[in-house]
Amino acid sequence: MKRLKRDIVVIGSGPAGLCAAIEAARSGAAVLLVDENAKIGGQLFKQIHKFFGSADHRAGVRGIDIGEQLLRQAEELAVEVWLNCEACGIFDEKTVWMVRDKEHSVAVEAQRIIIATGAVENSINFPGWTLPGVMGAGAAQTMINIHRVLPGHRVLMVGSGNVGVIVSYQLLQAGATVAAIVEAAPNLGGYGVHTAKVRRAGVPFYTSHTVKEARGNGHVERAVLVKLDSQWNQVPGSEFEVEVDTICIATGLTPAVELAFGSGCRPFNSPPLGGLVPVHDRMMKSSIDSIYIAGDVSGVEEASTAMEEGRIAGLSAAHSLGTITDQMFAERLEQLQHNVDALRSGMFGQKRREAKDAIVRSYGVER
Amino acid sequence: MSEVREKESRLKVDGAVSLIELHETVEYILPDEHYDHPVAVIECIEGIPCNPCETACPVGAIVVGDDITTLPVIDPTICTGCGLCVAACPGLAIYLKQQHHSDGLSYIAFPYEYLPLPEKGQAVTMVDRRGQHVCSGTVVRVIKTKRFDRTAIVHATYDSAFYEDVVNMVRL
Amino acid sequence: MNRITDHPILGPLEEAEMVDIIVDGQVMQARKGEMIAAALMANGKNTFRKTVKREEPRGIYCGIGRCTDCVMTVNGIPNVRTCVTEVEEGMVIQTQIGSGEWQ
Ligand SMILES: Cc1cc2nc3c(=O)[nH]c(=O)nc-3n(C[C@H](O)[C@H](O)[C@H](O)COP(=O)(O)OP(=O)(O)OC[C@H]3O[C@@H](n4cnc5c(N)ncnc54)[C@H](O)[C@@H]3O)c2cc1C
Ligand code: FES
Repeated sequence: MKRLKRDIVVIGSGPAGLCAAIEAARSGAAVLLVDENAKIGGQLFKQIHKFFGSADHRAGVRGIDIGEQLLRQAEELAVEVWLNCEACGIFDEKTVWMVRDKEHSVAVEAQRIIIATGAVENSINFPGWTLPGVMGAGAAQTMINIHRVLPGHRVLMVGSGNVGVIVSYQLLQAGATVAAIVEAAPNLGGYGVHTAKVRRAGVPFYTSHTVKEARGNGHVERAVLVKLDSQWNQVPGSEFEVEVDTICIATGLTPAVELAFGSGCRPFNSPPLGGLVPVHDRMMKSSIDSIYIAGDVSGVEEASTAMEEGRIAGLSAAHSLGTITDQMFAERLEQLQHNVDALRSGMFGQKRREAKDAIVRSYGVER
Repeated sequence: MSEVREKESRLKVDGAVSLIELHETVEYILPDEHYDHPVAVIECIEGIPCNPCETACPVGAIVVGDDITTLPVIDPTICTGCGLCVAACPGLAIYLKQQHHSDGLSYIAFPYEYLPLPEKGQAVTMVDRRGQHVCSGTVVRVIKTKRFDRTAIVHATYDSAFYEDVVNMVRL
Repeated sequence: MNRITDHPILGPLEEAEMVDIIVDGQVMQARKGEMIAAALMANGKNTFRKTVKREEPRGIYCGIGRCTDCVMTVNGIPNVRTCVTEVEEGMVIQTQIGSGEWQ
């Protein structure tokens, strides 16, 4: 097996990993960025909507265009990128074992490792959920915005969080009809501006409802919806059918933590952020000194927060190697933490901020 | 104020705000009949961290402030109706409106990110916040410039009896 | 065809070189460099494999290489994740039953 050495290895090239690599390279470290995908960018290049935030966060710019800017920056800073490269394990807190092009094993000894492996979509099961035509909302988003293929023509969206409503809107833009959006909770989860966009396009919302069954011969043809009472029990007799050929599941994301936990990072349970995450401090350092984390793997939020966290992780990792002065570090860190705090404010951001604070507190207590 | 909204929120059940909910929001300012040109109307009522509307406005008519979760407030007496905020708002929550544009007709300019685009002079169906068909409208112009970054702005006139109800048009 | 030929944000679909793939013995056209799953769905094929016991059909679920719902037998190799594997000229793709067989 080939053995190599690098200052910093970043695993995952989504918005978090890309920004981590750029920030670390800008701070003077030699960075290797790896991703198991054939294309760089993680979920970023399917986000064709304009982002929220302020000018500091490149607000008002579409995710795809932010992605292009980041790629140019990474290139200018000579970040080394390996695609089709899966990180399979981390040994001795330093050595990343990877498989390139599904063939060659490579071990890279890194002084610092930044894990930015993102999240996976949750699924729910109901009779018929395995029929072709039932898929994750992210899968539909990938199909329409990356592959330019419509997965179906009449879609039921299950889940009204931001991913559910954003993907619904993007399905409309791609030319599909969204027959309905169902939400088991009594209130919709996504930002009001997102729900308003699809509502005025005529898409009905059903709160306190869920999908009971998918029916069809070899493929989804209909969905049976059912009302839920205040205890979340199905109300008998309230079933009705909607004719759809696709059912998209948008019931949340779970951090992709296997690599982090496999390498010994200590877990912390944070239900508001998607479940178990590696505990970390404000500098995005995990319970292991040489391992940093950023983005959805450290708690599911949004692309804009993932980018800021990535920058913090990249900066901190580089600083711990002594590539920048303490003063430069302190100044930049303050700016980045201000940026990420701004995104975690308001009626939606507050809960995420509290959940993040709990993680950071736990880091301080038990370490 | 946010607690009141959460209690009786059509927005969180139906996906769209009700007029009652909007009228309870002091930041929602609908220009009255005295305006001789369209001005921006902002339907941003949840305090998400966002301020491109403020940054985009060339005349300083929209204020969010340092805390970017503050709801934007527009001074319609300063607004020139240029439409830059309409295209800049990531939530597509801004449009321009004028109550009395020409005899019996109101004027609206709204963001539109679907294909095909309508054409000048085309008869279209106007919708309210819930996507219900309200009345017919006539497209006055469709603007798609580089500055608007692929968000088209459709200008249309419609029956002023439905001045406040109309917010967009039926997809073609 | 289920291809999105024009899009309000992404613009018109760029011209691409087309390649022939053979799916369960039938020739289909795919855009060079696209994923097998995308090519199949563009051609209206949504069933990629069948379960071993009850022969229930399956299609894509995650679309990003994580769930293995979309695996097929490709050029004789079973369990290839079609959502993250690019098409190639002349590629032979087969609906897989159960965990498939090397051919
Ligand atoms: C399918 C999907 C769609 C989404 N759509 C939206 C949206 O429209 N709007 C929104 O605000 N948020 C969306 N999100 C939520 C998401 O929080 C962020 O948008 C953002 O992409 C998170 O960034 P990240 O860098 O942490 O992870 P990702 O963007 O997911 O990037 C993680 C990367 O790590 C790679 N990777 C994982 N494991 C390994 C390994 N072992 N070895 C090598 N590489 C590995 C993956 O291939 C991937 O490229 C979506 C999430 C998903 C999963
Ligand atoms: S659809 Fe999940 S791996 Fe391909």
